[in-house]
Amino acid sequence: MSVYDQVSANRGRHGGRISAAASYLPANPATAICFGVLLLFALMAVFAPLIAGDPVKIDPAQRLTGPSASAYWGRDHLGRDVFARAVYGSRMSLLVGFSVAAIATVFGVAIGIYAGMSRIGGAIAMRLVDAMMAIPAILLAIAFAALMDAGILTVIIAISIPEIPRMVRLVRSVVLGVQQQPYVAAAISIGTGGLPLVWRHILPNTLGPVLVQATYACASAIITSAVLSFLGVGTSPEVPSWGGMMADARSFFRIHPELMVYPGVLLSLLVLVVNVLGDRLSDALDPRKMVRGSV
Amino acid sequence: MNDMTSRTPDSDMVLEVENLSLEFADRDKVTYALDAVSFSVGEGEIVSLVGESGCGKSVTAMTIMGLLPKHGARVTSGSALLRGRDLLHTSEREMRRIRGDRIGMIFQDPMTSLNPVHTVGMQVSETIRKHRRVSRGAAEKRALEMLDLVRIPDAASRLRAYPHELSGGMRQRVMIAMALACDPELLIADEPTTALDVTVQAQVLDLIADLRRDIGMSVILITHDLGVVAGVADRMMVMYAGRIVEQGPTEKLFADPAHGYTAGLMRSLPGVNARMHDELREIPGSVPRLDRKIEGCVFAPRCEFSSETCLAPLPQAQERAQGHWTRCIHADAVRQAMSDNDIVRAWA
Repeated sequence: MSVYDQVSANRGRHGGRISAAASYLPANPATAICFGVLLLFALMAVFAPLIAGDPVKIDPAQRLTGPSASAYWGRDHLGRDVFARAVYGSRMSLLVGFSVAAIATVFGVAIGIYAGMSRIGGAIAMRLVDAMMAIPAILLAIAFAALMDAGILTVIIAISIPEIPRMVRLVRSVVLGVQQQPYVAAAISIGTGGLPLVWRHILPNTLGPVLVQATYACASAIITSAVLSFLGVGTSPEVPSWGGMMADARSFFRIHPELMVYPGVLLSLLVLVVNVLGDRLSDALDPRKMVRGSV
Repeated sequence: MNDMTSRTPDSDMVLEVENLSLEFADRDKVTYALDAVSFSVGEGEIVSLVGESGCGKSVTAMTIMGLLPKHGARVTSGSALLRGRDLLHTSEREMRRIRGDRIGMIFQDPMTSLNPVHTVGMQVSETIRKHRRVSRGAAEKRALEMLDLVRIPDAASRLRAYPHELSGGMRQRVMIAMALACDPELLIADEPTTALDVTVQAQVLDLIADLRRDIGMSVILITHDLGVVAGVADRMMVMYAGRIVEQGPTEKLFADPAHGYTAGLMRSLPGVNARMHDELREIPGSVPRLDRKIEGCVFAPRCEFSSETCLAPLPQAQERAQGHWTRCIHADAVRQAMSDNDIVRAWA
């Protein structure tokens, strides 16, 4: 397809950025595959009861037995169905991943834009951010998880808090750059100011990098939640989670390495897919790049 | 008072800038960016601010628009009256009402002056909806009229185009449509053609000149290109190192340059009759640093006509002819040194 064909094909498609981005995404096979895999994970999480059996039922008589018709991936040291636990574990990972991404984005963008627009408020906010970033995220998460009641909400909040400063820092730097753009001066010169200026001109132009950061936050939250489960903080051990499964499998790694491999591979695959999609999405959301054929 | 336009305040002036001085203060250094800048813009007039980069043209425009950062830039004296109202002592809130409604502005680089994430129609409508209580549909209709007015072909379909889908000249037309959507009294065009091809430049300048006539607005045209000035401006102000060194009707200044800097600019232009190996005459030296106040003539160190007296405290501006003012005390010598050839080719 020539450049001109692409331009004219593009011309018919003015129906908003999101739909334009959506119609453009599957253009690249790698993107389409990643999107498909993520969709599979989502379906798995939603329809877990239809796919798998009971993930918490203990059956000590069948402990550490191999694959069977009732448990496709065998059973763990308490005789629980590994396949069922892996399927249900995706719920925990996806829920935590996307919730953390959403929370970090909302708070990070709000604080980041404020920090970018206000000199004094920005200076204060950035020193707080510096202070928070000096503490290792995992330690902070463990501390919060230990302070609050065990549960998935606790895990989400505990992981979100260290993610917010990163988003703040990114958004602020992007806002500082966008403010220097001539189109912001042009918007001010037609009388736009205050919130409309932020909402219409500054916020939309921070979207690309924010989205990438959000996917990284999502991916790292999935890992951190697995780490927390592995360490035994956060949710209670019977709630199926990939991190918890790996913790359980650790003692039997020599004789039954597959117990570690199943959740490990799923975790890695999900994180990989989310990261790749983040990169692709940032390109897809940029109207200037939509003209080009492939991402 | 070293004030060039010492006539009494004139009610049919759209804009009167009086004795405007401005400095940029950093932590440890001060830059005296504007020094006693005075000029006025009459009804329906195109006035040009000419000078090289860093001479204060854009700063003057930004000051009038109130676009300079609040911290750092400090107006130390003067006023800028829009129909008698001092824009320098107007709250930001009020300025937002004035910008886009009573003063429009277009910028140098049309490639980056439009927001890449919004359609052209939305950006033109934004001006209208900001200042007029109209429905979305009515604003869009007006936006369409504006795109037609600035001669964008197939305007209806362009409304939904994104800026990157338009050429540079087209984008500058969109900028003009945005700036003029609310019929401002004054248009400030900051190097509107610098980033454009020569042919497109001419189209955009013609458009501005025609719109001035049709709408009856006044224009401040900022440029470093004497050719642009000669083409459209009624009057011109030559700026150097933060001061207006000479101002007057365009043809007067070209025919009778009365400042060493103006003369130097004109002689550095290649004429129509220039031969292949003719050397262009440059102005020796470089622009003075503005980190301290200069008492005498700012151009004296580079000026071939300068003498001891030029370095003494600022020479008074003198009126050579009706409305033609110069700060040069050697104006006659400058004029005599210019050959007719220099004058003619500057016009070309």
